[in-house]
Amino acid sequence: MKNKKSVVVAMSGGVDSSVAAARLVDEGYKVTGVHLALSKEKTVSGTKGCCTLDDARDARRVADRLGIPFYVWDLSERFQEDVMQNFLDEYAAGRTPNPCMRCNEKIKFQAVLERSLELGFDAVATGHWAKIVDSPNGPLLYRSEDEAKDQSYVLSVLNQEQLAKTLLPLAGSTKPELRKEAEARGLVTAFKPDSHDICFIPDGDTAKFLHKHLGNKKGNIVDIETNEVLGEHDGIFEFTVGQRKGLGLTVPRKDGAARYVVSTDVKTNTVMVGLPAFLRVDVVGGTNLIWCGPVKESPFDCGAQVRAHSDRIQATAFHKDGNLTVEFKEPLQALAPGQTIALYEQDRVICSATVVSTNRA
Amino acid sequence: MAYLDHAATTPMLPEAVAAMTAEMVKVGNPSSLHGSGRKARRVVEEARETIAAALSAKPMDVVFTSGGTEANNLAIKGLYWARKKADAKRIRVLISAIEHHAVLDPVMWLGEHEKAQVEILPVGQDGILRVDTLRQAIEADPESVALVSVMWANNEVGTIQPIEELAEIAAEFDIPFHSDAVQAMAYLPIDLSKVKVTALTITAHKVGGPQGVGALVIKSDEKLEQVSHGGGQERDVRSGTLDAPAIAGFASAISILVSQRERRANRIKNLRDELIKRLKEAVPDCVINGDLEKRLPGNVHASFPGCEGDALLMLLDAQGVECSTGSACSAGIPQPSHVLLAMGRDEKIAKSSLRFSLGHTSTSEDIDELIVALPQIIDRAKRASARAKISK
Repeated sequence: MKNKKSVVVAMSGGVDSSVAAARLVDEGYKVTGVHLALSKEKTVSGTKGCCTLDDARDARRVADRLGIPFYVWDLSERFQEDVMQNFLDEYAAGRTPNPCMRCNEKIKFQAVLERSLELGFDAVATGHWAKIVDSPNGPLLYRSEDEAKDQSYVLSVLNQEQLAKTLLPLAGSTKPELRKEAEARGLVTAFKPDSHDICFIPDGDTAKFLHKHLGNKKGNIVDIETNEVLGEHDGIFEFTVGQRKGLGLTVPRKDGAARYVVSTDVKTNTVMVGLPAFLRVDVVGGTNLIWCGPVKESPFDCGAQVRAHSDRIQATAFHKDGNLTVEFKEPLQALAPGQTIALYEQDRVICSATVVSTNRA
Repeated sequence: MAYLDHAATTPMLPEAVAAMTAEMVKVGNPSSLHGSGRKARRVVEEARETIAAALSAKPMDVVFTSGGTEANNLAIKGLYWARKKADAKRIRVLISAIEHHAVLDPVMWLGEHEKAQVEILPVGQDGILRVDTLRQAIEADPESVALVSVMWANNEVGTIQPIEELAEIAAEFDIPFHSDAVQAMAYLPIDLSKVKVTALTITAHKVGGPQGVGALVIKSDEKLEQVSHGGGQERDVRSGTLDAPAIAGFASAISILVSQRERRANRIKNLRDELIKRLKEAVPDCVINGDLEKRLPGNVHASFPGCEGDALLMLLDAQGVECSTGSACSAGIPQPSHVLLAMGRDEKIAKSSLRFSLGHTSTSEDIDELIVALPQIIDRAKRASARAKISK
């Protein structure tokens, strides 16, 4: 009986997962609410993160209201290792990681999913905005109806095995509809603002956080064309490819054109800057290839997305031995190693990979 | 449904509900001088007499509070401040390593803010404080001890402490001795005319009375600094309007308790022994923590190697079996129990434990429900816990 399934809903204390839980209850699932404690520190204030005491309380109140059991699961150690430490390691290695995707991959849809299945639950549900559709070839991942909220990109790290055990009850709604529904249901989270920042950096100051954990490491800022030293920096992790602001350069170019971060070099601790032309990307190399649907024969045409809400660029993808090469049909402007590239076929996510190299044609 | 968490709170006795609701419909502040006030005052004073009589104490010794935690805070801080005021050298506070947080935390607070020198006395692997441990700690410098606090019986593993002897030692050196008897009150005879306990904490909701009321029983000539200042109720050490209905319910529960204590304790002890026996049959590798003899009749505390206590609790809850991991939470995150750590268990075993506590409404059917549900739940919890290690 489909509707007798028992489901763990990851309840962050936000409106999305609140409504997700409510809808599953309505559909007759046996729902258990779980709030993930991701930090050992008791953070009280702030609506930005997803692991504060306030949020735990809100999640609990929604669960009370829905009449479902509610527990806090301590995943702080796993989160510390798999997400926060990885975040620092990646920056230290000169890459730009996406910790929320890492959290989806390692925490929500691995640690939590595995624990839930072993404990006898049938599936895990979240308040993510995307759609999972069953097909003869297994479950397929699609964009959500509300394009503005679509989170299929951040879920593109899930394989079919994970998708088969995942429920996303928000597909098919828009955010305004969802808030109205939450209000009608009398959920305390109906008007909570959306979270945007990285939950373990509640003040949003990533550079400060990185300095605190990685220290200061002075190096040079160098013009990629002339090799002229233009200035100093306190750590290359402050810089991301494509960044224009915060370079602190006092010597302007003769033609007055703005300079951008073009690349960083961990070995020499150097930040290379130059004209936007140097940011052009025609070919991307990726590793950690994850198929969100059936494996496609190489090569194939697709739409490539490199940020949570960026446009998709037409491309041709090649893959071999878990590595991916993507050739864009029109060049892309600025892409940092460490980011995720997700490939789409119309609105369906084909696969994703972590960017390791970017090249001009 | 099987409610196996009576140590957290136990159902109110119908007589206590009746006594309490009878007062709730009346008006009158026990401190008011008019007729309505006098009637409320009479209820409070008769309750005070009932509770004092149950403990062989004087009515004047009973200081009503909002519960066990407040009574503990009043005893610990009040006695410390009073003693230190009389003699500035007295800054040592001695407590056992298995105290409830309602004792442990105010003591640690005194250490951080009031220059108290906190000494935590180790217990044996059986969860019992040795008399000599206290003697040695005091004798190291008797003149500097402000107070000693040792619970009568432990809330997690149910072990009963040798309070009579411990209090005797403190009395020998004229040191005030406080005991948190919140868990003990329901099952153990407590005679304050014989035991040299200076201050005793009790609470209503562990004995069949309402939540939100308790008492510190402390000799009226003992100096105690006030902790909550205000209208001067309760000998000027605990200000605040007295909750006459709750106090009436408290006294009603206590009077019934005293008349039935022995019979009830025996019945529950037999159930408890049945639970332990069947638990060991159903889950042969489980380990019962704490001394089996010097133990509250309703307490079973067991570790289930290879499982996480909170996973077990959740799965039992889903089957309608309610118990506790026995340990405190920090923002909902389970911490390893300081009691089990003090008994020499490692963090993993400490986190793999559950407390089942029986009470006056418990039956054999409750145990049946637990034993039927448990084996499959243990399997699942073991798999989840093993999986977490592999995928790490």
